[in-house]
Amino acid sequence: MAGLEDLYREIILDHYRTPRNRGELDPPALSADGHNPLCGDEIRISVAVQDGVVTDVRFSGSGCSISQSSASMMTSAIKGKPVEQVKSIVRRFKQMMTIDEEDTEIDESINLGDLEALQGVVKFPVRIKCATLGWNTLLDALATEQK
Amino acid sequence: MSLDVTSIRNDFPVLKRQINGKPLVYLDSANTSQKPQVVIDAMTNFMSNGYAPINRSAYQMAAEATDLYEGARSALAKFINAPKAHEVIFTKNATESLNLLIMSWGRANLKAGDSVLLTHMEHHANIVPWHMLVAERGIQLRWVPLTNDGQLDLTQLDTLLDGVKVFSFTSMSNVLGTINPVQRLCAAAHKAGALAFVDGCQSVPHQPTDVQAWDADFVVFSSHKMCGPSGVGILWGREALLEAMPPFLGGGNMISDVRLDGFTTAELPAKFEAGTPPITDVIGLGAAVGYLEKLGMAQVRKHEIELSTYVLNMLKDRFGDEITIHGPANPELRGATFSFAFRDIHPHDLSQVLDQQNVCVRAGHHCAKPLMRILGANATARASFYFYNTMSEADALADALDSASDIF
Repeated sequence: MAGLEDLYREIILDHYRTPRNRGELDPPALSADGHNPLCGDEIRISVAVQDGVVTDVRFSGSGCSISQSSASMMTSAIKGKPVEQVKSIVRRFKQMMTIDEEDTEIDESINLGDLEALQGVVKFPVRIKCATLGWNTLLDALATEQK
Repeated sequence: MSLDVTSIRNDFPVLKRQINGKPLVYLDSANTSQKPQVVIDAMTNFMSNGYAPINRSAYQMAAEATDLYEGARSALAKFINAPKAHEVIFTKNATESLNLLIMSWGRANLKAGDSVLLTHMEHHANIVPWHMLVAERGIQLRWVPLTNDGQLDLTQLDTLLDGVKVFSFTSMSNVLGTINPVQRLCAAAHKAGALAFVDGCQSVPHQPTDVQAWDADFVVFSSHKMCGPSGVGILWGREALLEAMPPFLGGGNMISDVRLDGFTTAELPAKFEAGTPPITDVIGLGAAVGYLEKLGMAQVRKHEIELSTYVLNMLKDRFGDEITIHGPANPELRGATFSFAFRDIHPHDLSQVLDQQNVCVRAGHHCAKPLMRILGANATARASFYFYNTMSEADALADALDSASDIF
């Protein structure tokens, strides 16, 4: 049985207690809302894109330590990066959050840095949706640009 | 004479389970209850020694199966003091019971502009089917609000009921634990010319139920919350009302004749039991009813009031303002289901930490999102007790809560 120390790593609790990039951005920043229908967690991601680069990103809403810290770490990881690179990071992160790794080729060139701390979440499958909530919502927000 | 909980716990094999050398502390019975050996045996015995279809074959084993299945129906009718056994309909779960009731009765009796009264403490199963009828029929919904301590605010009840066709409400909140005055609510509905639909899921497993004393028109509840298996829901209704309703699902068993140009429905209860029912599960439920009857539902209720009194006092003594327990503070007005907020720790994190001590609680919105919004919470943790739970398990919950603060 996986211990709680696998889940609640210090860096995760740090982002939970002291969230980075909390708040919202006004349009023309893109935004989307995400819900975890099982537990009621809600999140809003706002992302400002200029010339193909994520110049700013914020998150708001409420949820458990895993969903909040994952969103906080995500904003830190993608701010200032080109959208295409951001999408690669999202893909790499979601790979890490996948239990079934058979047909996923890990892109080793992407360094997740602090985000690796969330790896332990996979040992608690019920919580994977908590960790990926902000990330899926980020993709939704980025997708609104094409509309 | 009070319940002998030590001996009762021996009836439940799973309660002997240890995980990582520590005993299981199961506090999620409002979600689903554990099963006594007699239920497991009844189902195993049926499948091992007498499994057969019901209602349609002449051989002895089929007749035995039909007797067991119908015996469960009679036991259920007696358990809730229904006047007639064929007023008890078996469905797949209580959600299906509510859908059957709301769709079948609603489509036959409600038209655009008609009003239905619900309450702010309903489970999604008593909200969403009504929303579906709003979209389909243009009916209107009204809502009974709550008081600050989580009871129904009945000060405007007569005004709210004015012109309403149905008052559909829960007998006990699955979030707040509040036990509603069902008899009074049914009387108020009838006085206003409305029917009374009662969602009995949370109260029927925990206290004596008398549908005639309630004077309800329909009552739904589920097997798996009252020591029976999952896969069976119950709908009880007044015979005349059930007879006037169109069928819900069509197919085998629910017809008396099928022609190329139409069909004729079967008599009650078959009219509402299309297809092969969950025979084994209904037989298990029959055994569960027998088990509960033997304990005595009044004794079950008494034990749970004692537990509630202990839990409320003990948690307040130990944690004071660090814990907020929703719902009435008076144990007589509530069941032993406690939703709470603790030291600003998110319920999801809390339940994860409690799991390390094998303390099983639910975290989430409890399928009652409108109520959660009123409480101003996205989620709560919920510890729910049944007759097999003890005060020392309540202490284990408190100890586990304390340990959560080491992390957050």
